[in-house]
Amino acid sequence: MPRLSAAARHRIGFTLNGKPVSVEAEPRLLATDALRHGIGATGTHVGCEHGVCGACTILIDGVPARACLTLAVQLEGREVTTVEGLAPAQDRLSVMQAAFRRHHALQCGFCTAGILISLEAFLREEPDPSEQALREVVGGHLCRCTGYTPIIAAALEAAAILRQPITTSTDAESAHV
Amino acid sequence: MKPAPFDYVRARDMTEALDALAQHGSDARIIAGGQSLLPMLNMRLAKPAVLIDIMGIAGLDQVRREGELIVVPAGMRQAALLRRPGLASEQPLLAAALPWLGHYQTRARGTVCGSTAHADPSAEIPLCLVALDGEIRLRSRKKQRRLKASAFFAGMMVTEKADDELIEAVAFSAARPGTGYAFNEVARRHGDFAIVGCAAVVEAGQIHLAVAGVADKPERRSWPRLDGSALDDALNAFAWELDAREDLHATARLRRDLVRNLGRQTIEEALRCLA
Ligand code: FES
Ligand code: FES
Repeated sequence: MPRLSAAARHRIGFTLNGKPVSVEAEPRLLATDALRHGIGATGTHVGCEHGVCGACTILIDGVPARACLTLAVQLEGREVTTVEGLAPAQDRLSVMQAAFRRHHALQCGFCTAGILISLEAFLREEPDPSEQALREVVGGHLCRCTGYTPIIAAALEAAAILRQPITTSTDAESAHV
Repeated sequence: MKPAPFDYVRARDMTEALDALAQHGSDARIIAGGQSLLPMLNMRLAKPAVLIDIMGIAGLDQVRREGELIVVPAGMRQAALLRRPGLASEQPLLAAALPWLGHYQTRARGTVCGSTAHADPSAEIPLCLVALDGEIRLRSRKKQRRLKASAFFAGMMVTEKADDELIEAVAFSAARPGTGYAFNEVARRHGDFAIVGCAAVVEAGQIHLAVAGVADKPERRSWPRLDGSALDDALNAFAWELDAREDLHATARLRRDLVRNLGRQTIEEALRCLA
């Protein structure tokens, strides 16, 4: 049966934000360290390293996961999305990111990468969420400087923009900029 | 805050997982969703020599109905059970308790059986298993056996699972007609470990109350349909029987108080469902 020895590094291949990548990993390497140190994708942040703060949240096959509670070897063959994969192009923000900027939903930005990822996953499941439901989702993250009110306001506004028909969404988005 | 070294086995079927467990025994740990195990590894509270990943085994992620039992296999994630269509009528206690289990992000990865194996005394799934008189299905290379939840949980993060066994599935009883169910929890923040969690099941002739977070494992008591001060007295006796924990989050006295008050409130809610 496939067995990866503790003493060796193993090549782990997966898709990161749509592109194939690979990283050398001992079995004990955390996904956070594989992303940040192995690949150099430092958008995913590490706060507590035991699943409490949510800063490291990524999507694995579209499902949110604490990267610090995930082993790099568990990423083998998976589709991973990190905050670097959210913007539609180099110099454009996603609808949610733009809403965060308008609402001052970040200050230091340490927690932001994880929160954006959770909201991305949640709005796909629930395009028209209640404020209460958003509070629950954001409840899986700790923000130590901005406070949660502007984050919820940004999420509600972005959800409303994203619900508009495709043809008008860019107008609506630019109207808010 | 990094795990100690271990070998990683990616089991392709149950036989491979059981063989690896038989070979390594107490040096091995099963990893499924990893939401309880990884914090233990990161903090080096657990230092297994071998991790056996069972999430690559096909067919472990679908709920089965076996008559009155809702059977949840080892690969089923908590979020998937919560999303099961009709869960609120199939077993209202699970539908009420699961949203309290960790956070949206951890439920997406964590499994039902993994939380059972971890056996945190304040955890919601062990509480529901005990409240519903559920069963834990264990399997080793040599044999399969089933234990009642009340016999499975042995103490703080201690269970009757042998080193060469894994939890193949857990089974909850489905809602019975004429039975009311309710769940309540007090925690510092929603999603944190419960200070006290209460699950009530009320039938025509009986009241059952299970509580988590008080003793070193979830505990259940059953009474005839008491009310008024007789119920208060019964709850008071229950609160004192449990050797309430005292920790950073709450005093033993607060925990006993919650058994009396939150317990009563939960029983009354279950009665209202019945009415
Ligand atoms: S760094 Fe992963 S949850 Fe805090
Ligand atoms: S913006 Fe600083 S922690 Fe949230």
